[in-house]
Amino acid sequence: MRRVAERIVGERVTMRVVSFFLTLWAVPFFVWAQAPMPDALVRDVTQEVLEIVKKDKDIQSGHTKKTLELVETKILPHFDFLRMTRLALGREAKNATPEQLSRLSEEFRTLLVRTYSKALSEYREQKIVVKPLVVKPEDTEVRVRSEIHQSGGKPVTLDYYLEKKPEGWKVFDVEVAGVSLVTNYRSTFAEEIRAGGIEGLIRSLAAKNRASAETKAK
Amino acid sequence: MQRCKTSIRRVGVLVLAVWLTGCASTGNPKDPLEGFNRAMFAFNEGLDTVLIKPVAKGYDAALPAPVKTGVTNFFGNVADLFIGVNNFLQGKPQEAVGDWGRVLINTTIGLLGLFDVATELGLEKHEEDFGQTFGRWGAPPGAYVVWPFFGPRTLRDTVGLILDVKTDPIANIGDIRTRNSLLALRIIDQRADMLPADRVIEEAALDKYAYVRDGYLARRRHLVFDGNPPREAENGE
Repeated sequence: MRRVAERIVGERVTMRVVSFFLTLWAVPFFVWAQAPMPDALVRDVTQEVLEIVKKDKDIQSGHTKKTLELVETKILPHFDFLRMTRLALGREAKNATPEQLSRLSEEFRTLLVRTYSKALSEYREQKIVVKPLVVKPEDTEVRVRSEIHQSGGKPVTLDYYLEKKPEGWKVFDVEVAGVSLVTNYRSTFAEEIRAGGIEGLIRSLAAKNRASAETKAK
Repeated sequence: MQRCKTSIRRVGVLVLAVWLTGCASTGNPKDPLEGFNRAMFAFNEGLDTVLIKPVAKGYDAALPAPVKTGVTNFFGNVADLFIGVNNFLQGKPQEAVGDWGRVLINTTIGLLGLFDVATELGLEKHEEDFGQTFGRWGAPPGAYVVWPFFGPRTLRDTVGLILDVKTDPIANIGDIRTRNSLLALRIIDQRADMLPADRVIEEAALDKYAYVRDGYLARRRHLVFDGNPPREAENGE
């Protein structure tokens, strides 16, 4: 009887030791999971978001608040809006003060979030295939390619440009069918700046965002 | 042939007229004809709002998805013939053979193109036209032009468009009634397919004219390089 008890205790100790080593062994995998490769990141986020959209009738019927929340919580953390804003400004970026850049990126962010939400609410069962990418350790910028497959047409390309940052890979440009959602604003931004300076551009963006919010409220 | 010559001359006159109107405008070097273009864009938008979009919306709402896909597939199959020709002219015989293989399979097994069986079998659909072929051969895009009815083009793509229309199997159908019905159906089908993208553009654009123009130019560049254009400088200089 005693022997049996000792053996059980002994087994427990062994298990504890084994699981301790198992944990140690798993640590690198855990760290790796914290900073996934850029293509894996795009694939996971895409899959997760589309699963939610597929199940949610509200989002499909254009429920803006819910969609905005989804974009805000699942997608935005992976975007670098300051860099996107600078990219959209092009050569005008150096004429903006850091404070103006930050206000501008706030407005630009709102605009892109609305655009992204709109695009998501138009999603209907298309299949999105994220292509695997070989990332070398020295790579700091990569392009992750994906394709939207739909019946009755050539697949539409959807490419993400990501930069390696201390906190992980961050998206700084998105190209749909070869059209950048960021640089496509460049000439409009330049035009606005020519007419009313950086402040004028911020005002125009804010006005556009307000107008969209009001249309949605109706 | 005579008819062909006359219409080319007519387009020539139109190009010249656009050129002269455009001299008055300033600004964007890619868009020297901005004044004329904005007027034409407004005209096309008006036409779209009162006629084409409402019909496309009705079509989109009334027909079940498989029927709409069938229509899109049918016209896609007709287009594959000259997509193959253009791939061939661009020095991509493998792609060209793929395109013609698609036509063969979809016209027969796919019941006159209503079903895109070829894609299921792994023969990818391409998107090519004469404008892209000229681009591939090194022709620069030239000025951006918005044509009434046809919409955005560059000068290069305008010449491409003339050839696209000349070689379009649907536009060359002898029976006028069949031809016009099919042309109208194709316009509505393509417009209906654009409805989702259109709603996103409305949400995104500060200035729809400039957004569509820059999107068109980027898209064409992307297509000419078959999806791999050299990336432009980040700071725009």
